[in-house]
Amino acid sequence: MTAQPPEARRPKRSTAARIWMVMAVPVTVVVLAVLLGAAIVLVSELLVPGKAFDWGLPLVAYGALIEGAFGNSDAVVSTLVNSTPLVFGGLAVGFGFKAGLFNIGAQGQFLVGALGAVIVGVWLADAPAVVAMPAAALAGFVAGGLWGFVPGFLKAVSGAHEVVSTIMMNYIAVQLLAALVSGPLKVPRSPSPVTFDVGNAAFPILLGRNGHLGILLALLAAGFVWWLLFRTTWGFEVRSVGANADASRYAGMRPKLITMATMTFSGALAGLAGTSVLLGVTHTMTSSFGTTVGFDSIAVALLARSHPLATVLAALLFGGMRAGAGLMQIRAQIPVELVDVLQAVILLFLVASPVLRRVLHAVTPAGVPDVEAPMADMTPGALA
Amino acid sequence: MTDPAEPIVAPALEMRGITKRYPGVVANDAITLEVHPGEIHALLGENGAGKTTLMNVLYGLATPDEGEVLLNGTPVKIAGPADAIARGISMVHQHFMLVPVLTVAENILLGEETMANRFFLDRNEAHRRIIELGRRFGFEIDPEAKVGSLSVGWQQRVEIFKALYRNAKILVLDEPTAVLTPQETEEIFAVLRRLAAEGHSIVFISHKLYEVLEIADRITVIRRGRVVGERKPAETNEDDLAELMVGREVQLVVDRGVSHPAAPVLHVQGLTASDDRGQLTVRGVDFDVRAGEIFGIAGVAGNGQDELVEAIIGLRKPAAGSVTLDGKDVTGHSPRQLNEAQVAYVPADRHRFGLILPFSIADNLVLTSYYRSPYARGLLRDREAIDRDAKTSVQRFDIRTPSPNAKASTLSGGNQQKAVVAREFDRELKLLILDQPTRGLDVGSIEFIHRQVIAKRDAGTAVLLVSAELDEVLELSDRIGVMYGGKIVAIVDGPTADKNEVGLLMATGGERDMTTETHVMGQTA
Repeated sequence: MTAQPPEARRPKRSTAARIWMVMAVPVTVVVLAVLLGAAIVLVSELLVPGKAFDWGLPLVAYGALIEGAFGNSDAVVSTLVNSTPLVFGGLAVGFGFKAGLFNIGAQGQFLVGALGAVIVGVWLADAPAVVAMPAAALAGFVAGGLWGFVPGFLKAVSGAHEVVSTIMMNYIAVQLLAALVSGPLKVPRSPSPVTFDVGNAAFPILLGRNGHLGILLALLAAGFVWWLLFRTTWGFEVRSVGANADASRYAGMRPKLITMATMTFSGALAGLAGTSVLLGVTHTMTSSFGTTVGFDSIAVALLARSHPLATVLAALLFGGMRAGAGLMQIRAQIPVELVDVLQAVILLFLVASPVLRRVLHAVTPAGVPDVEAPMADMTPGALA
Repeated sequence: MTDPAEPIVAPALEMRGITKRYPGVVANDAITLEVHPGEIHALLGENGAGKTTLMNVLYGLATPDEGEVLLNGTPVKIAGPADAIARGISMVHQHFMLVPVLTVAENILLGEETMANRFFLDRNEAHRRIIELGRRFGFEIDPEAKVGSLSVGWQQRVEIFKALYRNAKILVLDEPTAVLTPQETEEIFAVLRRLAAEGHSIVFISHKLYEVLEIADRITVIRRGRVVGERKPAETNEDDLAELMVGREVQLVVDRGVSHPAAPVLHVQGLTASDDRGQLTVRGVDFDVRAGEIFGIAGVAGNGQDELVEAIIGLRKPAAGSVTLDGKDVTGHSPRQLNEAQVAYVPADRHRFGLILPFSIADNLVLTSYYRSPYARGLLRDREAIDRDAKTSVQRFDIRTPSPNAKASTLSGGNQQKAVVAREFDRELKLLILDQPTRGLDVGSIEFIHRQVIAKRDAGTAVLLVSAELDEVLELSDRIGVMYGGKIVAIVDGPTADKNEVGLLMATGGERDMTTETHVMGQTA
């Protein structure tokens, strides 16, 4: 070793302290959102005339929400099913963040991915499942990837900002979906715009009533993305470019190429999100397919701070809220939209997390990091 | 006014036994500092020695774990910058905290608005006070000038004005001359002397020895968080201070020995390149760098050196001309191809181009070699090999860090540069390109890096050194090419070069008159 004075060695932090360091902000954000949600429930009571005011209503509502999400095996499976596309989507957005890219187009890639899966799935509906299923899933992966490649390519060649171009791609995806579902893909003479069933290409049910294969694939994908990011040279390049594209270029990497590849892979993951819903749940496609999964994925990625494994936890939280919302509405007469409110509040708090970090730092001086050492620099890219 | 020599008067500022620990580092270890009214007190130390932490304690930005701060003999607890300002302590940061689009007066008023009534600023009163202050301290300033249009030297004066406007009695200046030209430095020194004569206390943070000797009444030297000595300028010299600061004898000018140049390694011919705005800034450059010699390029910043280096290293497409390495044409080759052809490059801006600050030191050490053996097998990274070699490099290049897995951002500037040097130097090299390799570093780090450069030269590497700091070029180079207006206008022998002569070439390109000389003088930092 160098001539380090003994006191200069980094003291070993306890495991609990290290977990707290990582989890402090996300956990605080969720707790704050839950408290604010309770306040909203209470205020909403005042707005409904002729009802007795009940201080306990938030508890009833959250109780039902939790029970609906984790109360019995059906509820748990439902949570898993709801979480699956969010895992894929959260991985997609988080992977983009790691490379310094804000892939706001997960929604479009999600839709186009599902579209790819449904086209190939319907085409191969009668083929053996071993052929139909992988082919349809691959089609979803590729279609999403294509939808991600375009903004990546535009950024690389012309510097077009990916936020703008992916938003545009979202609109194109929505219109493309509407055109295809009510046009060439529509079941003839059907009263509503809907495609044929994917038949043998559908994911098999592995768990309970509707726990499909996609759940397992999502977990594998999380592991794979983690491995890719932290164990491979390509992941190192992605993270390098995300943290400092200039230094990466000087070091001999090719940031433009990496930007393209990252957007493509991110799009492909979002495409798998759409694929998992289509092959696992709906089996057909309508023009109102999958509504906001792509956007929820952004919240998931932010809450997980782009970490692939934390993405699974964040997706479970959001998926669980979706799964439990129905029971909450029945028990407490709180509209399911409260879940959207909670999600939005979480997102807002996350965006404000630098402030939160400072507050937490003041509360637990040794706890939440930031100032590792006197020379600690503030680095941009706080999203990643 | 108070006489600083009078013993009855309590020091304006006293910091007693200040200890501040950060995880893994004792940034300040029982530091004691006394500053008297009317005194200019220099705080001297290497980067990372704990100067900034100490001042953060004074400014209420950090709470000391032990020790106390006394103002005029009374212990105080400083809650934060606002509190510090209210107690008459003001800090002028190295990076100015000014709003360029606002006027001088508006900037000075920020946070300390003089109100005519509840809603409107009293501009007249503010102007009156600013002009009066300017007169008092001998630097009059137009309150209506936009700060963005002022030179760096004047902007700094605005910062000092801000402090005076808030009735600061204790002024802390953090490396105030780092961004100034020599003349501007002289001018600011005059202002500081005037302030001191009026009874202000000034803490002058620096690592430039000659400056400290020139301006300070007393010098406190800190090293690794401890006070290691206190000197009066009259009873010390640069060598003594450098030794105190670094903890061992330092050679301020490294002995370069005799070079034994061999065959040319780098051959640049007719190289032409444009900058990002499409302006032709490199206009036909020819030179050779031979194995075992250091070829320095001296020039006022902005004469095409940046583009020249980028064109050689493959970061910029040359418009014309050729770059030959060991007889092979490498014009337009990518940085990676050149890296693999045993070319190393230390960029000027280590934060932007040299390092990925949020990454660990170990990861930064493999930034150019992460993809090849032994650091990767196929697509898989080999963490063990990376960590093992990182440990060796940290030791060999004396990178002061608790662990190779610490983030690069936690290192001091000198140690960050050592990490870049470790990455680029630690292999067999044909050509080494250095762009401002010691910018902003302390004497200890400069000496270390200069030694490494000379060792590389003696091992037969061709070294191309580009620096806006003429002293550095003169100290190291075996031959010096002077760059002016995108061309090499002269090549002179290094060891016998005359500083004034080279300076004149830099300023005029050797043919024009002296009108641009001031421009040159303005470019040292």
